Amino acid sequence: MRVMIVGCGRVGSVLANRLDEAGHQVVVLDRNQQAFRRLSEKFSGRRIVGNGLVEEYVRPTLQEEADILFAMTDKDNVNLMIVQRVKRHFQLGRVVAVVHDSILAGLYKELGVETVCPTDLVIKDLLQMITES
Amino acid sequence: MGGIMYIIIVGAGKVGYHLGRLLIDQGHEVMLIEENRSKVDLLSFEFHDAIMQGDGSMVEVLKEAGANRADVVVATTGNDEDNLVVCQVTKMMFLRPRTIARVNNPRNEELFTGLGVDASVSATKIINAMIQEQVKAGDMMIPLLTLKAGDVEIVEVELSRSSHIVKKKIKDLTLPPASIFIAVIRGEEVIIPYGETEFQPEDKVLALVKRTSEPALREML
Repeated sequence: MRVMIVGCGRVGSVLANRLDEAGHQVVVLDRNQQAFRRLSEKFSGRRIVGNGLVEEYVRPTLQEEADILFAMTDKDNVNLMIVQRVKRHFQLGRVVAVVHDSILAGLYKELGVETVCPTDLVIKDLLQMITES
Repeated sequence: MGGIMYIIIVGAGKVGYHLGRLLIDQGHEVMLIEENRSKVDLLSFEFHDAIMQGDGSMVEVLKEAGANRADVVVATTGNDEDNLVVCQVTKMMFLRPRTIARVNNPRNEELFTGLGVDASVSATKIINAMIQEQVKAGDMMIPLLTLKAGDVEIVEVELSRSSHIVKKKIKDLTLPPASIFIAVIRGEEVIIPYGETEFQPEDKVLALVKRTSEPALREML
């Protein structure tokens, strides 16, 4: 798979490392060069310093070498705008936004935007622990 | 939509603040939503109950602000992604309000209207349009009177800020041949110019000029 990850934070970097290890073709974009220090030394994918909201930074990758895009910066609204713009301008197999606000994540799902909500996932786990104990 | 409206403004920066002020002065009901607490504290002296602290893209905050009975929700923050989500959430959760977004990056305008924002305003675009207009106006030389069957003209030029002769005295200028300044209109005042007269932006300059020298005079102004 050819995967573009916008936002090399705690989650984005680990996802990038795992996908790279598994043999996928990975491109990581972050505004901050320092963020790439989170990637493992063995990481063989591409690193791009840039803003995911500015088309010039994402266009070359999305036109040529991506099947999936994950927008996973630390800002919900940034992620939501990135995926909506990408969906309008590019033909990608899958475009996913990470949205921490549970209500927002649900709302945009109804609008046809694919979202993943870390808050919901943590809560699900915690609730399961309680029922199991 | 006539009469008194209820308008929610998200973002109490310069745009949001002045818009709120204006609407209140016009008698409308206003609620400003601002995330920065110290800004809210500062402005609450002036806005009293018409300002609240919160993230305007959160459903709970909009609900608390009374978005379900608002006529208009305006997103005026400096971040396009926030303005977009504010408008989209409003459209999805509250049926009533029209949504207006400030667009900071003019390239986002098309995206906004495609994604359900009712109207968008781009300051960059407006200023650009004004500059284009200014450029045209600067070029304009209005012929007031033609003498000698078109050989000699009296023309009027309004000086733009970028005019070469602004802040210069007539005695320091070299006028094209067969031309002379006959009057400077500054606001309500009409000045008969002489060597010491210094030009200011927005002065209306009347000049007598032979048609052959008109392009040179235009160039100079």
